Formats: sequence, structure tokens, C-alpha cells
Amino acid sequence: MSDLGRLERFLRTDPDDVGCDEAMAVLHIYVDLVAAGQDAAGRYPGVAAHLRACGPCDEDFTGLLQAVTGG
Amino acid sequence: MVSAVGLDEESSAWLRRLGAGGVERQAAERELHGRLVGIAVAEVRRRAAGTAVTGPELDDVAHQAAGDAMLAILAKLGDFRGESRFITWAYRFVILEVSSKLGRHYWRNPPVALDAGQWERLPDRLGIDPAWQAESAGLLAEVRRVVDDELTGHQRRVFVAIVVDGIPLDALAAELGLRRNAIYKVIFDARRKIRRALVANGYMDEPGLEQR
Repeated sequence: MSDLGRLERFLRTDPDDVGCDEAMAVLHIYVDLVAAGQDAAGRYPGVAAHLRACGPCDEDFTGLLQAVTGG
Repeated sequence: MVSAVGLDEESSAWLRRLGAGGVERQAAERELHGRLVGIAVAEVRRRAAGTAVTGPELDDVAHQAAGDAMLAILAKLGDFRGESRFITWAYRFVILEVSSKLGRHYWRNPPVALDAGQWERLPDRLGIDPAWQAESAGLLAEVRRVVDDELTGHQRRVFVAIVVDGIPLDALAAELGLRRNAIYKVIFDARRKIRRALVANGYMDEPGLEQR
């Protein structure tokens, strides 16, 4: 990716992005779906969009997934 | 009273034991707390590289997070609706506590002060290769102009802290007494405003996801 591409990606906003509060409110449900190999992003596209853009929430997602899968 | 109908066996057992009295409940609470401590310790160690918290202090953060999560779980047991496994619901509390506590600990020894405004580091923050920085100077100057001229004072302060100075979002939220979501929304709106300005002034020519 070019440097302009990185900047563009950073500045790009997704209207589906539900924000931190909504994403964290269903994080446990989302993580269980992912851990079970189900289509969490398809069921919660707004959460998936948020996790792609928000580093802290994605960190929480990663931590919870590791906690429940042990990996 | 929490209904255990429709739950997996393990979740039902947790609810039954935590809803019981006497020694059965005490044993369940001890077991759950032990698990929360284990998860918290693993989580602070996983995040250790990205924080200034080290050594015994990390374990302190983990134990505090587990203790606070335990209290929240017991207080909110009636809110569990069985949409996930109980243990996933419970672990969410401790993961979020770890985030919050690490954010607060950032200010004990911050590598950069609030309102430092290290604009010279913006190319690094944005991952722009030094070889491309002269080429991107006009674009970055336009970013700064939008930040200075078109953002509100609050938006500018938050954008500079997070994007220019690289202060962790949870740390800024703790310092300003705001929720993570409030900080994220400010950055979200600032990103959209800057992108629109860059497109309007010919620095970018794609509309991006916001206008689809």
C-alpha cells in the first residue's frame, strides 16, 4: 500500500460503524460466534466495521477471544 | 432471579451455583474470581509491550481488574440474558477493566504530555515513509490547516492528543473523564472532516466509504 493509501485508509469512515458503546455491549455475543466458527461479521456488520477502525475495541475483542479459546 | 432455561450446561451451572446460598455460592465465587485473575494476568502480559506498566505493577493492575470485574459481575448477574455463554459474558468485564485500568496507569509516567502537539511526528504516526515525506508535505500541511481552522477546540485537542501525539485512546478518556466512545466519535468526525477537505482541495479524489 502506498503512503497516500495509508492516509486514505486512516481517514476513511464507514457509515456502518456502530461505535464503541454498541460494539462493546455485544462483544461477548460476537466473540462466542467467532469462537464457534460462525459468521459474526455477517450477523453484526456494524460491529465488524467498528473493530476494523477502532484499535482499543479490537484489542478488547482479541483479548476476549483469546480468553475464551485459550489461544 | 436469572432463568437458566435454554442455556448450555456450563452456563446453567454457573448461574445455579452463584444464585445458591452458603458454601455453594462461596465456592462458585472463589472459582470465578480465580478464573478472572488468570484471565486478567494473561491479558495485562499480552498488552505489556504497548504500555509503560511493568513488573509487579502489571500484576497489581490484573488483580485490581479481576476484583472490580467480580463486583460488577455479581451486581449485574440479573442482566445476563443467555445470549452468549456465561463465562464469555463474565470475561468481558475483566477484559474491559484491564483496558480501563491500563488507560489510567498511562498518566503515572506518560512519555508525552497532554497538549504536546508534536506535529513533526505526524508522518511517523501515519506510517509515511521518510522518502515520501517531502512529496506529502503539502498534503500534511493541509491536514494541519483543517485541524487548526475547521475543527472545534475540543475536536482539535482530542485529534492532536490521539493522532499527532499518539496518546492511547483509553488514557485520554481517563484524563478527560470521558467514555471511550465519546473520544472515538470525535476522532471519527475529525477524520471525515479532514477527508472532505482533502478531496475538496484536490489532494484526494475518491469519495471514500462515507458517501457510498
